[in-house]
Amino acid sequence: MTSPVPAGPRIGLFATCLMDSFRPSVGFAAVKLLEDAGCTVEVPAAQTCCGQPALNSGDFATTRRLAKQVIETFAGFDYVVGPSGSCMATIKNDYPQLFADDPQWREKAEDLSRRSFELLSFLTDVLKVDRVKARFEGTVTYHDSCSGLRELGVKAQPRKLLATVEGLKLSEMQDAETCCGFGGTFCVKYPDISEKMASDKVANIEASGAGTLLGGDLGCLMNIAGRMKRLGKPVRVFHAAEVLAGMADGPGLAEPEVR
Amino acid sequence: MQVLSPQFKPRATLALKDASLQAALGKARGGFVDKRAAAAAELPEFEQLREEAKAIKEHTLDHLDFYLERFEERVKAQGGQVHWARNAEDAQRIVLEICRKANAKTVTKGKSMVSEEVGINEVLEQEGIEVIETDLGEYIIQLAKEPPSHIIAPAVHKTKAQVSELFHAHHSKLGLTKVLTEVADLVNEARQVLRGKFFRADVGITGGNFLVAETGSSIIVTNEGNGDLTQTLARVHIVTSGIERVVPTLDDATTFLRLLARSATGQETETYTTVSSGPRRPGDPDGPEEYHVVLVDNGRSKMLAGRFREMLRCIRCGACMNHCPVYGAIGGHAYGWVYPGPMGSVLTPLFVGLDAAYDLPNACTLNGRCQSVCPVKIPLPDLLRELRHMQHEAKLSPWYQRAALAAWGFVASRPRLYHALTGLAVRALGWLGRGRGRFGYLPLASAWTKGRDLPAPQGKTFQEAWRERRGKSS
Repeated sequence: MTSPVPAGPRIGLFATCLMDSFRPSVGFAAVKLLEDAGCTVEVPAAQTCCGQPALNSGDFATTRRLAKQVIETFAGFDYVVGPSGSCMATIKNDYPQLFADDPQWREKAEDLSRRSFELLSFLTDVLKVDRVKARFEGTVTYHDSCSGLRELGVKAQPRKLLATVEGLKLSEMQDAETCCGFGGTFCVKYPDISEKMASDKVANIEASGAGTLLGGDLGCLMNIAGRMKRLGKPVRVFHAAEVLAGMADGPGLAEPEVR
Repeated sequence: MQVLSPQFKPRATLALKDASLQAALGKARGGFVDKRAAAAAELPEFEQLREEAKAIKEHTLDHLDFYLERFEERVKAQGGQVHWARNAEDAQRIVLEICRKANAKTVTKGKSMVSEEVGINEVLEQEGIEVIETDLGEYIIQLAKEPPSHIIAPAVHKTKAQVSELFHAHHSKLGLTKVLTEVADLVNEARQVLRGKFFRADVGITGGNFLVAETGSSIIVTNEGNGDLTQTLARVHIVTSGIERVVPTLDDATTFLRLLARSATGQETETYTTVSSGPRRPGDPDGPEEYHVVLVDNGRSKMLAGRFREMLRCIRCGACMNHCPVYGAIGGHAYGWVYPGPMGSVLTPLFVGLDAAYDLPNACTLNGRCQSVCPVKIPLPDLLRELRHMQHEAKLSPWYQRAALAAWGFVASRPRLYHALTGLAVRALGWLGRGRGRFGYLPLASAWTKGRDLPAPQGKTFQEAWRERRGKSS
């Protein structure tokens, strides 16, 4: 990995609400990966959430309010990067649509859209990172989170980088592309259906023989880890960025401080 | 058909606990998905066909009046009749009148979702007419007195053992008393029973997968040949079809035929593709004496002018439900009306009301897999979200959800307040959960903790930790 220009691109890190509250270590891993690739990373304090909970609840007015906040907060950065396909797809794909009837904000939303990327695909596709310096002993399996996969085309990128992690072996699970049942507020509005979907996912993870589950979206990972723990499964759960940054030596999701 | 969509939640919960339903669903799921994927992969121009099909539909919808009138003209020129049904009652009345005029005692039916939608069977049965569904799946559920649970595999929720029991119970009366356990034997017995009915039928009713404006033809596809027997052996053939099923030319129809079978069942083509153009002509060896097409609007022209116009591209292949993880978990009956799965979750609220079908657009994770396999690229997740928007505007969502959303929206638009509150909450939860790293139960989060643990936060928010490490650099 090299930093081609002395002062690399200036990145505004989109600190997703789940990452901010539940797993700051993913944020620090993202910063490390971006800085290692020569970027300057800043974390604007005026950010909260991309507005997806409102968007998917049909409350477009609140979504627009939050979208404007994000658009203004991240004006001026070369790129806006976040460790979540779901949040970044909202910013990239949904924001411009939200302002379809508002030319002024539409233009700003489109400008932000062009500059916004999901972390793992940004590393490979924009920064052309083709390897990381990290070590992780064990077999992992990868869950393709739906928004990243279908809205942003994130599939090969994380696998490409994970293949360069020393000691790591990838064992693909059956139906890696099938939804885990998280779906944002879906998982609390329809907990029974969500539980069944999560159980199917857990069964596939188990059958892969992997000791660790990786993914690129904390919502899905929290859902799967939560179901896995409830079922008493020993499989560990990390965000892929933590492994790629060599920062997966602490507790995984839903694990106690000292193991 | 009775609308049970308001009971979506309890019906979904029952479905999750129904062991034989789960067994049937588990079997179906893999088959449809793998076969479609293989069929799509084998055809290099599959993606291009999807684009073409979408364009043909869009063009046709732009000029729907023109193509429908042209279709009518061509049907009439061939000696057939076209009837326009504004709504379900119209459609029922028209079909009933044709059957009365034909002095019908027995009516055979090929599979038609439109006839389910407008409720043809009930009306004919009230008149004392014997109605026989001839598609094997439809026949099974007719015996079981159940509605279809899938638009192309209506009895997909039944296991082999259940079908065996059902046949034994009904066919014993006909002297077929052996209990059958092999699929081939069950199919043969159904054929045996149905064969006599085909010959006795006065009227045969089929759907129309496509209506061709250029030739005035209706096209049906089946895998059992039951549609052909239905429409050629009866004296009168009635096609019931939605107005959106018209395509300009035969050539256009072939584009759809190539997509339909691959998307639906992963076949290159269905076993039977039958084109009907008018009644029997002098010299024809067979065919009906009368050919009627009932064009059903029932809310479709309203869709044409509105935000759900793209839904009119739907060719009823069922790929969206085959790939829907929610459908895969609960099956089709939980949706409570004719059309289940993603396409049904868009259509049902438009047909029966945003309120009665409140749950359908909401019981979706917006994972987008349906859109990715839709042969005509309908943006189903966007349409479902649009329905949620309409429900939100009409204040149909539960009050506590709207209150929670409003409170969250208030805080999230005030970054300082937001960070102060999340900082406190994360600190408290992190401290409480530090021992186990997770919560098995948490007040106010019981919907989450009902079936899964909640991972504990790491003790500080990222914003807080970042500013401690890096100072107030940004």
